[in-house]
Amino acid sequence: MKILYVWILVFLTSGGVWAKEAMPLADDPAVEQRLIVISEELRCLVCQNESLAGSRSDLAMDLRRELRGLIKQGKTDEQIKEFMVSRYGDFVLYRPPVKPSTWLLWAGPFGLMVVGIASLFVYLRRRNTDIGTGGLTDDERKRADALLQEGEK
Amino acid sequence: MKAKFLVPLALFVVLVLFLAVGLRLDPREVPSPLVNKPAPAFKLAQLEQPELQFSPEDLKGKVWVFNVWASWCVACRQEHPVLMDFARAQIAPLIGLDYKDQRKDALGVLKRSGNPYDLTAFDADGRVGIDYGVYGVPESYVIDKAGVIRYKHIGPITSEALQKTIIPLINELKKS
Repeated sequence: MKILYVWILVFLTSGGVWAKEAMPLADDPAVEQRLIVISEELRCLVCQNESLAGSRSDLAMDLRRELRGLIKQGKTDEQIKEFMVSRYGDFVLYRPPVKPSTWLLWAGPFGLMVVGIASLFVYLRRRNTDIGTGGLTDDERKRADALLQEGEK
Repeated sequence: MKAKFLVPLALFVVLVLFLAVGLRLDPREVPSPLVNKPAPAFKLAQLEQPELQFSPEDLKGKVWVFNVWASWCVACRQEHPVLMDFARAQIAPLIGLDYKDQRKDALGVLKRSGNPYDLTAFDADGRVGIDYGVYGVPESYVIDKAGVIRYKHIGPITSEALQKTIIPLINELKKS
């Protein structure tokens, strides 16, 4: 009976023997580090709200493979971004460049803010002058006094 | 007094117009920077005859259509009859790019449903696809006599797009 317990114990504890060694994430951690930094700034074309770093789509994997190759060739970040932009357009950049077609995109929010602040000022000034003229004229004051005295009688 | 009510109304109308236009745009259709640029060069083995190669250079002087497809691509099946019509009309050479596929599967599809392509280049690892900025198969390019991409169609070609845009463009390009 004892030997049965020993065998059960052996089977229950030997699971780790079957496990494989963890796959290394990349052959070169430095390359991988740069890849992550660059691809965080790039859009995945297949699932457009994911970055190239985070996407599990086939295209994203292929593109990461290409970018890894470019990094190993010693290309600069600018050259790597150019590689992507020349194929997929500015749309792949999460930070689009400032140029005539994107002026509205970059300046639009500030423009709206200026308009908002301007209308706030106009509104406040108008309200102030309204309050200023809200008082009674001498004539009206006399009439009000008269009415009040009449009420007291 | 009236203007006070008209201002919010006008703002509302502007907002509605913006939304109406915005909702009609398809975010999946990203304008390609490759239009009006030379078609990227490559050299790939052909699908049916692996011993032969294809390069866009081979078609210099001709207007041709380059169609990216794959056996795993569902939308390509929808596009297939339109391509068959196009091939039958013999307007321009139709070259396929079999993108990230297994040779056996691709040949099976062509055998089962017909082969509209003059030839298909076999892009097993998808590198040529990346050079052409492919991100959603099927995609098609119209390439002119000088080897410049003149038009890119993303997604399956409909017979409307074929008749109204692609064929007139090809005829126009043939003249030049």
